Amino acid sequence: MIVIFLLIPLSIVIAAGFLAAFIWAVRAGQFEDTCTPAMRLLLEEPKPPESADDNLENSKLKLK
Amino acid sequence: MMSVLTDLKKTLTAIHDIADGGVALPLPRAAVAPANCFHCGTLCRTAGFAQGDKSFCCRGCLTVFELLTDTGLTDFYKISASAGVRVNPTAPADRHKFLDEPAVRERLVDFSDDRNTRVTFHLPTIHCIACVWLLENLFRLKPGVGASQVNFLRKEIALAFDPVKVKLSEVVALLTTLGYEPELKLSALEARPRGFIARRLWLQLALAGFAFGNIMLFSLCAYLGLDAFAGPGFQKLVGTISLLLALPVVTYSAWDYWRAAWTSLRQRLLNIDVPIAVGIAALFAQSVYEVVGGQGVGYFDSLTGLIFFLLGGRLFQQKTFAHLAFDRDYKSFFPLAVTRKNARRSLPRRDGIAGSQRAGSETGAAGEEQVSLAQLVVGDRLLIRNGELIPADARLVCGPALIDYSFVTGESEPVEKRPEDYLYAGGRQLGGLIELEIVKAVSQSYLTSLWNQDAFRKGKPAALNSLTNKYSQRFTKLVILIALGAGAFWAVVNPPLALKAFASVLIVACPCALALAAPFALGTAQRVLARRNVFLKNPEVLETLARVDAAVFDKTGTLTAAGAGAVRLHGGAFTATEMTWLYSMTRHSTHPLAVRVGEAIADGHFPEPVRSFLETPGCGMEGSVAGHEIWMGSAAWLAERNVVGGSGGDEAQTSARKSAPPRGGAGEENGSSVHVAMDGKYRGCFALTSAVRTETEQLIAGLAGHCEVALLSGDNEKERARFATLFGPRARLLFNQSPLAKLNFIQRQQVSGKTVMMVGDGLNDAGALKQSDVGVAVVENVSAFSPASDVILAAGMVVRVADVLRYARQSVRVVRWSFLISAVYNAAGVAIAASGKLSPVVCAILMPLSSVTVVVFACGAATWLGREVNGAPGADPARTLSRRQGSGSETGLLAAVEVQR
Repeated sequence: MIVIFLLIPLSIVIAAGFLAAFIWAVRAGQFEDTCTPAMRLLLEEPKPPESADDNLENSKLKLK
Repeated sequence: MMSVLTDLKKTLTAIHDIADGGVALPLPRAAVAPANCFHCGTLCRTAGFAQGDKSFCCRGCLTVFELLTDTGLTDFYKISASAGVRVNPTAPADRHKFLDEPAVRERLVDFSDDRNTRVTFHLPTIHCIACVWLLENLFRLKPGVGASQVNFLRKEIALAFDPVKVKLSEVVALLTTLGYEPELKLSALEARPRGFIARRLWLQLALAGFAFGNIMLFSLCAYLGLDAFAGPGFQKLVGTISLLLALPVVTYSAWDYWRAAWTSLRQRLLNIDVPIAVGIAALFAQSVYEVVGGQGVGYFDSLTGLIFFLLGGRLFQQKTFAHLAFDRDYKSFFPLAVTRKNARRSLPRRDGIAGSQRAGSETGAAGEEQVSLAQLVVGDRLLIRNGELIPADARLVCGPALIDYSFVTGESEPVEKRPEDYLYAGGRQLGGLIELEIVKAVSQSYLTSLWNQDAFRKGKPAALNSLTNKYSQRFTKLVILIALGAGAFWAVVNPPLALKAFASVLIVACPCALALAAPFALGTAQRVLARRNVFLKNPEVLETLARVDAAVFDKTGTLTAAGAGAVRLHGGAFTATEMTWLYSMTRHSTHPLAVRVGEAIADGHFPEPVRSFLETPGCGMEGSVAGHEIWMGSAAWLAERNVVGGSGGDEAQTSARKSAPPRGGAGEENGSSVHVAMDGKYRGCFALTSAVRTETEQLIAGLAGHCEVALLSGDNEKERARFATLFGPRARLLFNQSPLAKLNFIQRQQVSGKTVMMVGDGLNDAGALKQSDVGVAVVENVSAFSPASDVILAAGMVVRVADVLRYARQSVRVVRWSFLISAVYNAAGVAIAASGKLSPVVCAILMPLSSVTVVVFACGAATWLGREVNGAPGADPARTLSRRQGSGSETGLLAAVEVQR
């Protein structure tokens, strides 16, 4: 039964990983809009137009 | 799957177009159907804008199509056919220049540095999945625009752009070109709170839930005697881990309870937070004592569970409706800027103008500029276009005006004005361009001066005397007495047990179940009512609703409704075929009168194609159906075309209205009329009147038992007799009430000890709504504007107000019953604790059990009682409400099915 002294801290560490994931999701605003992401799933990326250079650069300007 | 989705989208788009006044219903095959616009689906009236096999209704739609083709975004039309938004081509192109003014710009953007600016806009025209796609691909359309993200429910876009490459005004202009004109209202300049509170609550809850689950798991081992196998170190390990896990819960998750308890103690009040904080403190102290002393694993599972349940109740209580706003005032409604006509340079200039000259932008030869409202001074000349709002009391200088005061008074029929007439702020111009001169500053106008009243400065008192807090006053005192009593008893009988008994009573009496009763019962009731289109600002409103003993109603738009009004035919008769022609005509106009006539005569008619349709704003419309030339409009307009025959009623009504401020509107006698001529001959007229809603009598009867009923109307006395019979002899009926007088009336009632509910709509009731204990705003369309209020009520539900009040009283009774249940549990717990026999196991069973019982009872009872609250009479409320709300919601689908049929 000595192994339980190892298992308990281990289980806490794993659970803490999920807690961290949840905290990240909340802070990333995933709980604020639950409707639009479902629609976004059905949309495709448009084919890039001919002069894509400018646009590619712009797409790097991400929302933080 | 995809094809079903496409069909669905098409249906939703069709709904959208109908709601916007466009014509999207399929025309009969036999008829030669003119093409629908490839971009927005509107019927093309000219063939002038075509490209290849695609036709467009206007220059604006063609431009958008070309823009999307050039940038490779034609997938837009594959996602949803004709999904575009019709572009308003009349607006001048550079009217957003004022946005680059530093003062305006700084307050509009969320964040800005020299490489990156972020801004959030509300785009009311977002309506389908293709909109989301296009708006999120915005960066492909213009260099300098960065990533953008759409929130569909809120109809908001958050976008980033590079301020060096592109200006804010250019971003807004791009959105406007595409048909998604941002809503730029005066309120945008004020700081807006963003979802900070909810985000924090989620984190607190997550932490508490995490600790609760893990600690319970370990404690279970201890309860089941596992420590006997694992050795003496086990208990120590579990205790220490529990302590470490509980520490952030007690500090971070329970932080709001500590703070609230401290605040209320400093105010010498015993609200519910005090016993909760005391309970948490006792639990934590006892547990730490046990763990450190090596006596056991403590009560950490009960402690974290308690905090978890409490926070869960709090989250349940914080139900918000994304598409509703309860705190709007005129600023959410007035535009950010208006078009000012520049005075000639030679005129002496005031300081205010000189200052804004730099900031504003001149639009070339016309001498117009866009200025923000703050810069307007008395004497400025403004140009107001179709659909724009009059920002301040003004004198009409030029052009016949047709002013829609529906936002101010609830009266849906527009009022005709002539030059030199006085125009009140808040009216919306329908029709052509008008010019006016400001007579009063924006904040001093007849309507807006209302917001200078005291009622708008002070918030409503916090819910200190809520049911829960009233109950907890007595509860807390009793618990402390018992704890002291038990401590004193054991101090005499068995001294070592004294401290434990004292702490145990405090622990077990922690009013978790008590604190959960109101949030869950009232929160459920709030959701039940929302399903019937009664939206409460927060669940606490129900407690006030239950106490209401005086109900005050506004007349126009509240008890009388345009939709309920009759459309009567005067002079002349039409055959069924002719009716069909008239119906076809009305379907081409969005003018409120045409829409109402159309709705009234729609029965069984199927629209026929209309050729050479032309609408003259403020006058009428003409077109040819089945070879017959049909004119519909005002008598004056027909008279201009040498068609005479009507009663000439229009002129008489106009002169009668000229002098009246925008109060309640037309009654039975002075409704509007639409005159009809066919092939140059006068054929008769439709008279539109507003009428009292059906079932108003039952409403008054239903209220009579509990409430004093009163009527406040801005209108004159001519309908007194009619409402006197309706309201009965005891009711007070007051007419000719200004917005301020309404506010004062409510105040007088409150001074005499009444809890007043005000039911009204329009900005002229805003003062009364704010002053009253419960302000109920009535809206024809839930997503439309409503003044600041506690309850937003769909118009059809007005006659069900008595039911809502009864349900509020029942919900409060459910809360009281829940209190009783929790009291029984507490009594049992206290009895065990006072005898000094409380153990962590008993606590770990008793606390969640009592909470769960109370939550299940509260939710169940509130839902069960909610069955008896009926929906709106007559039409299906889902249908009427979702019509202009765009699509995407379930109700939108329901409506889609109905319209398709």
